[in-house]
Amino acid sequence: MSNVPSDLKYAKSHEWIRVSGDTATVGITDHAQAELTDIVFVELPATGRKVKAGEACAVVESVKTASDIYSPVSGEITEVNTAVVDNPALVNSAPDTGGWFYKIKLSNAAELGALLSPEDYKKQIGG
Amino acid sequence: MLNRTPLYAAHQKLGAKLIDFGGWEMPVQYTSITDEHLAVRNAAGIFDISHMGEVTVNGPGAEAFLNSVLTNDIRKLPTGGGQYTLMCNERGGVVDDLYAYRLSVGVYFLIINASRIEADVAWLKAQAAKFKGAEVSLTDASHHYAAVAVQGPRVQEFIDAVIPGASGSVFPVAAVTALKKNQIAGFKFEDHTVFVARTGYSGEDGFEIVGPDISIQRIWDKVLELGKPFGAKPAGLGARDTLRTEVCYPLYGHELDENTTPIEAGVGFFVALDKGEFNGRSVLAEQKANGVKKKLVAFKMTDKSAPPRPHYPIWVNGASVGEVVSGTQSPSLNLGIGMGYVPPASAAPDTKIEIEIRGKRYAAVVVKKPIYKKA
Repeated sequence: MSNVPSDLKYAKSHEWIRVSGDTATVGITDHAQAELTDIVFVELPATGRKVKAGEACAVVESVKTASDIYSPVSGEITEVNTAVVDNPALVNSAPDTGGWFYKIKLSNAAELGALLSPEDYKKQIGG
Repeated sequence: MLNRTPLYAAHQKLGAKLIDFGGWEMPVQYTSITDEHLAVRNAAGIFDISHMGEVTVNGPGAEAFLNSVLTNDIRKLPTGGGQYTLMCNERGGVVDDLYAYRLSVGVYFLIINASRIEADVAWLKAQAAKFKGAEVSLTDASHHYAAVAVQGPRVQEFIDAVIPGASGSVFPVAAVTALKKNQIAGFKFEDHTVFVARTGYSGEDGFEIVGPDISIQRIWDKVLELGKPFGAKPAGLGARDTLRTEVCYPLYGHELDENTTPIEAGVGFFVALDKGEFNGRSVLAEQKANGVKKKLVAFKMTDKSAPPRPHYPIWVNGASVGEVVSGTQSPSLNLGIGMGYVPPASAAPDTKIEIEIRGKRYAAVVVKKPIYKKA
C-alpha cells in the first residue's frame, strides 16, 4: 500500500507538490517510486528554467527504463535537489521527503486547483 | 489477448509486475531487478521460460538436414549433448540463435526464441521441403512444453532434492548435478518425464528444465520451497536481461537479426566453416577471410551518466558511427554498460567512444567481453 501524505497535492502523472506561499516543492509519489523500483539515475532541470504545467522537465531512470517527470505547475525553477543526483536511491527510500526533485516559483497559482487531492489520487492508484 | 504460461497464476500470487514480451504476458520483476539479479549472481533464481519454443527434428536425414541449416557442426554432438548454434539465411543474416540437443540417434531437440517460433518453423519447413537427403520430420512442440531456468552458484546444493534420482532416458547420470555443462538427460519427475540440461543465460552455473505443464508447476514450487534456505528467489525478465547483458550473451532482436551475421555479432566460434555447405556459408566465409563492416562491441560508461539504452548513437572522434543495441545499469558493477555495433577500426578494447544520451555525449570505453567476470 502506497503512502499518500494528506498535506500534498498530486498530478495524474504521479508527481506530488507541496505549496508554501508562492513557491512549491515537487517530487514523485511513493506509488511512482514503487512502480519504477531500483532508481539509478535522476536528471533535473537547470535552475532558472521556466517550465509550463505538464511539461517534461526531469528524467528518472530505473534499471529497466527512463521515465519523464512532468511539472505539475508552471513557473521558474529556483532550486534543485542535488542529493538525489548523487544518490538516486533516495527517491526510493524517501520519495516525499528527502527525495524531492526541485522547487518552483509559481507563475499561475490558479493551476493548483486542477491538481488532485490526496483522496482523489488514492482513488486513481487504486489505494 | 496475450499468451500466458502455465506459471501465470504463480506469478500473480507472488505479486509480479507483468509485461507484454513478444505476445506473452511475462513477469518483468517480482520485487526488484537488482535484488533478483544479485540473487542469481550470489545464490539462486528461478525464471519462467515457458514462452520459449521447442522443435523436434527426427528421422534418418535429421543430422544432415540440421547441419545444412545450422552454423555449428551438429555431428559433434553425442547423445545427451547440446550446443549453442545459429540458423542463417542465404545472406548470412541470423534467422534465430538456439540450443540444439541430441536426444538419441536421429532425434534432435531445438530450443528457440519465443519471438521467433513462427518465423523459425516456417523457415525450417521451407528448408526441409528443399532438402535432398534422407527423410526428416519436423514438429513444433512449443505448446506441449513449459520450462524453467534455475540459475546461480548455489543451485547445485538443492536441485537434486527438487528432482531426485538418476536419469531415466537420453543419457545415464546418477543425479541432476552429475550432468556436465551443455549435457541433457530425461528424469522421471513424479508421473512424467522432464528434460534437464546444464545450460542457462545468466553466466552462472544452472539448469534449464523442460516438461509438461503440471511438472513445471510442481518444480517451480519445489525450487522456491527447497531453495529458500539457499537464497533462491523468483527472477523476472528484467534480471534475465541485465544478467545476460553483463556476460554479453546476444538477444535476438538486439544483437542479432536477419541483417546481421554471426561474424559481425562476434559469435563466429559457433560457425563451423569446415563442415561443408550450409545456409549462409559463403557470406560467412568471405567475412571471416576479409573482415566485416560492423562489429559488435561491449562497453562501459566512464562518465557519470544515465544508463545507456538501445538505439542511442555511438560516437567516435566526433562522428556518429553506430548504435547501442543493449544497455542498462549493471547491478553487479553499479555502472552503465552495453553493447553496440561500430566499424572494426573502433572495435578494439580500450577504444574511447561516446554514447549520446538525450542529445548529450558521455564518455565510454570498449571492453573485452564478457563485461562482467566472476572474481
